[in-house]
Amino acid sequence: MSALETPTTMSDAPQGSPPRARAAAGRPPGERSLAASPSTWFVWAGMAAFLVFLLGIIVAVVVDSFGRQWFDTWLPLEWTTEWYASSWDRFDLTHVVGVTVGVALAVVVLSVLIGVPAAYLLARRNFPGKRLVNVLFLLPILMPPITFGIPLATVMYSFGLGRSVIAVILVNLVPSVPFVILTMTPFIEQINPAIESAARMCGAGMRQVFTRILAPLLVPGILAASILVLVRTVGMFELTFLVSGPQSDTLVVAIYRAMTSAGGGEARQLVSAMAVMYTATMLVMLVAALRFVNPTQLVAQVKEARDD
Amino acid sequence: MAITAGTFESLELRDVGRSFGGHQALAGLDLTVRAGEFIALLGPSGCGKSTALNCLAGLLPLTHGQILLDGRRVDTVPSEKRGFGMVFQSYALFPHLTVEKNVAFGLQMRGLPRAEVSRRVAEAIGLVKLEDHAKKLPGQLSGGQQQRVAIARAVVLEPSLVLMDEPLSNLDAKLRLDMRTEIRRLHQELGLTTIYVTHDQEEALSLADRLVVLREGRVQQIGTPDDLYDHPRNWHVADFMGYRNILAGGLMDGGDGGDGGATVRVGGLTLRGRPVGEVGEGDDVRVAVRPDDLTVLAGGREPRDGNAVEGVVAVVEYHGREFAVVVQTADGATLHVRTPTAPAVGDVVRLTAAADRVLVFPAELSAASAAADRAEAVTAA
Amino acid sequence: MTAVADRPARSTASLRHRLAERGVDSSLWLMVPALVFALALFVYPFSYGIGLTFQPSVATQEQWGGGILANYVAFFRDPFVFDSIWITMRLALPAALFNVLASIPVAMVLRRRFRFKRFMTSVLVLPITLGTVLTAQGLLIFAGRQGWLNRFLIATGLVDQPVQLVNNYTGVMFSLIITGFPFAFLLVSSYLSGIDPSLDSAARTLGAGWWQRFRRITLPLLAPGLATTFILTFVLAFSVFPSARLVGDAMGSTRVMSLMAFRAFGEQNDYAMASTIALMMGVVELIVVAVVLAWRSLLYKGSTGGKG
Repeated sequence: MSALETPTTMSDAPQGSPPRARAAAGRPPGERSLAASPSTWFVWAGMAAFLVFLLGIIVAVVVDSFGRQWFDTWLPLEWTTEWYASSWDRFDLTHVVGVTVGVALAVVVLSVLIGVPAAYLLARRNFPGKRLVNVLFLLPILMPPITFGIPLATVMYSFGLGRSVIAVILVNLVPSVPFVILTMTPFIEQINPAIESAARMCGAGMRQVFTRILAPLLVPGILAASILVLVRTVGMFELTFLVSGPQSDTLVVAIYRAMTSAGGGEARQLVSAMAVMYTATMLVMLVAALRFVNPTQLVAQVKEARDD
Repeated sequence: MAITAGTFESLELRDVGRSFGGHQALAGLDLTVRAGEFIALLGPSGCGKSTALNCLAGLLPLTHGQILLDGRRVDTVPSEKRGFGMVFQSYALFPHLTVEKNVAFGLQMRGLPRAEVSRRVAEAIGLVKLEDHAKKLPGQLSGGQQQRVAIARAVVLEPSLVLMDEPLSNLDAKLRLDMRTEIRRLHQELGLTTIYVTHDQEEALSLADRLVVLREGRVQQIGTPDDLYDHPRNWHVADFMGYRNILAGGLMDGGDGGDGGATVRVGGLTLRGRPVGEVGEGDDVRVAVRPDDLTVLAGGREPRDGNAVEGVVAVVEYHGREFAVVVQTADGATLHVRTPTAPAVGDVVRLTAAADRVLVFPAELSAASAAADRAEAVTAA
Repeated sequence: MTAVADRPARSTASLRHRLAERGVDSSLWLMVPALVFALALFVYPFSYGIGLTFQPSVATQEQWGGGILANYVAFFRDPFVFDSIWITMRLALPAALFNVLASIPVAMVLRRRFRFKRFMTSVLVLPITLGTVLTAQGLLIFAGRQGWLNRFLIATGLVDQPVQLVNNYTGVMFSLIITGFPFAFLLVSSYLSGIDPSLDSAARTLGAGWWQRFRRITLPLLAPGLATTFILTFVLAFSVFPSARLVGDAMGSTRVMSLMAFRAFGEQNDYAMASTIALMMGVVELIVVAVVLAWRSLLYKGSTGGKG
């Protein structure tokens, strides 16, 4: 189990000033011309190709959602916005968006409430069975979602929870709680334990240490973890799909169902309009996330040391 | 002066121990602290002194023994209810609160009325002379100022006991001296019973009324500064009390020369010394001499008590009024000596020391000696 | 005589002392919500699922025999199901390998400071928020027979006929790279920034050229991180589901395991068989992970053993 170090422990290694800044400072002025070496150009070309693909995919969907009659031409022959209105009605998006937002918020709040205290203990304490607990929280992230999703969904259906919003929330908690634990652990480790001891010596009980000292200091971490869980929950397809039904589909599942519904799927533009709305939402969240967290943290863990 | 010490008669540690998964970090600590005393726990890192302090604070649960305050058990009381104050090596100020609010925190936890909180906070901040910085965040203060805040935060609660965990070791040398005086002043002014952990013997000797020397979780000696300085009980304590020259040897003659002295063979030399503890003929011993007690013999002078060591000067350091000289003897021993004049590196010198300044200890730091200490501590209590 | 009076007090005290030595005290309650969560939503359903695999449906037993092992017999004997292992591997392994290898140079280049760095990193992160469903829709439009990509290829004369890029292996591969590469890139760059740049400077002062510095300093230090990245990227690609269905050839070259599991779950309502396939998915994945970990531990010894 120790063999599989999570990125938490490893990316956490550098402390102190951001290494990149030091690297740049230590490099002689002429060094940046290295960027012009052939191998570097090759890398840039590869990245450019990737970006062209990426932009092509996004722009194609956007253009499609505004186009009428787009077949054998570079651009649609006519432009329209009516796909948005009709897809909103056709798929009852008011309900779908409501479910999506509700599920995402519930998952965020629950996973933070469950995950942060556990992360605190795992970061601070040694106790019997700690390694087992660590593995237990690592498994849902390492396993294919389908592997635990199918048995979980089976249990949900047998408890009569199938296709309910509660089931959707519960399945999404399974990877979210471990994710909160992984994200929060380094944030908690960065806080000097003596600060908590000092608070206790000042007469603060466990609850007061949490509310008056730890919570304010952990706000950045909790914010980061919350946004990341939000993004992941809104984007989570596999698990939601296994237990959701018409009344509890989130947006991403609704799009999938529209694309695969019987008879070759819905009109492509309807799906595109829905997909654009989805992407726009995610983008807003991404921009919000990047204000608070380093992009690297979207998948890895906190790196830059904060003062405490 | 409104800030005073919380009152109690005596604090008693009975056979206090703490182990971590089988490893004993602290064992068999018996100590009785009287109100108003300043006690230093002294020892190298890993000797258990911080463990002892954290056990007292309640931050670490005991795995052995009891702590009693005026006969009432406090080791089962959570740290927030013990009413002790603590100052940490890393200051441990709340980074998100201003100086004022840091100091006020404990008073607020006790639910005191607002007016009283602000009065006492102002007083405590005045006590550590930080009036101009009351609205600043800890990050905007220097290390010395931060440590003053930490002290104010601890004393504002009028604790019955103040625990200090190496509070000066993060400060630079000059600041450390100033803060040392400051801590002594506060202790005298407020009469705070204080337990102070340090690895710096000078700090411990200058601050404390009594010292507790620890090694590998066990008490080596408890006593007043001059007691420990002049009469270390074993060579480990001696080592800590500035006996830099500690040489291994064998006892030739166990002190029946009439003067209570002992004759020891160290390498190729024969030295006269004063035995401490039980040593018998043929035992392995450690010979301890302070650098200041060794002198360089001027040509032709007789060595004191026949103790003469010849060696080659290896290093000469300038220390202001005197020189610290390292001398290498023919059989490889390294001796530290202080001289008023500087010999040249490579010179051959002869060193001497009075026999009553040469302490002869048993080589074994036996558990028996620690147990004896404990017994004595109990009877002293 | 005092022993009698002493006994009760001492026994409770020593119990407390014994617990304290092992790090057990009341603050461990903080772990309870997370443990309850893990037991109820992960351990229990998972064990239930394992139990379920030994309760094959009557139809399965009649068709494949094998008693309570009928599900496993069916899994290994039915080429339609069993071959999905190789199909999954043929997609996931190359995709994960490509993503990790391509990430190294990109992360090295982006490690330097330049303008738009944050923008570039953010753009590379974008696909994470797109999710597989939207990527699929975009690929269908962008790389479809009448999409911009084919139009461009024809217009530049590179091909005469539109190339079939979606609804087959290539389409899924594209999708895996677009969603997986940013993930791998972020992880690799986080590991890369964990390497003290002064090591590179030190090697430079010792006269090592850029290739020597990379080969002998950076790469060995990065290797364990690369292994972890590979594992996590592989996990991501291994559980590919929506894209295999949407831009792949769901009954042919991209008939991946998760599709098989879902077919049994959602379409045939054979929960026992679905759990079996899901479980086997986990097993196959763990085998790959174990192989990579074993390789990493070998490598790790090699790189620190001083053999160069």
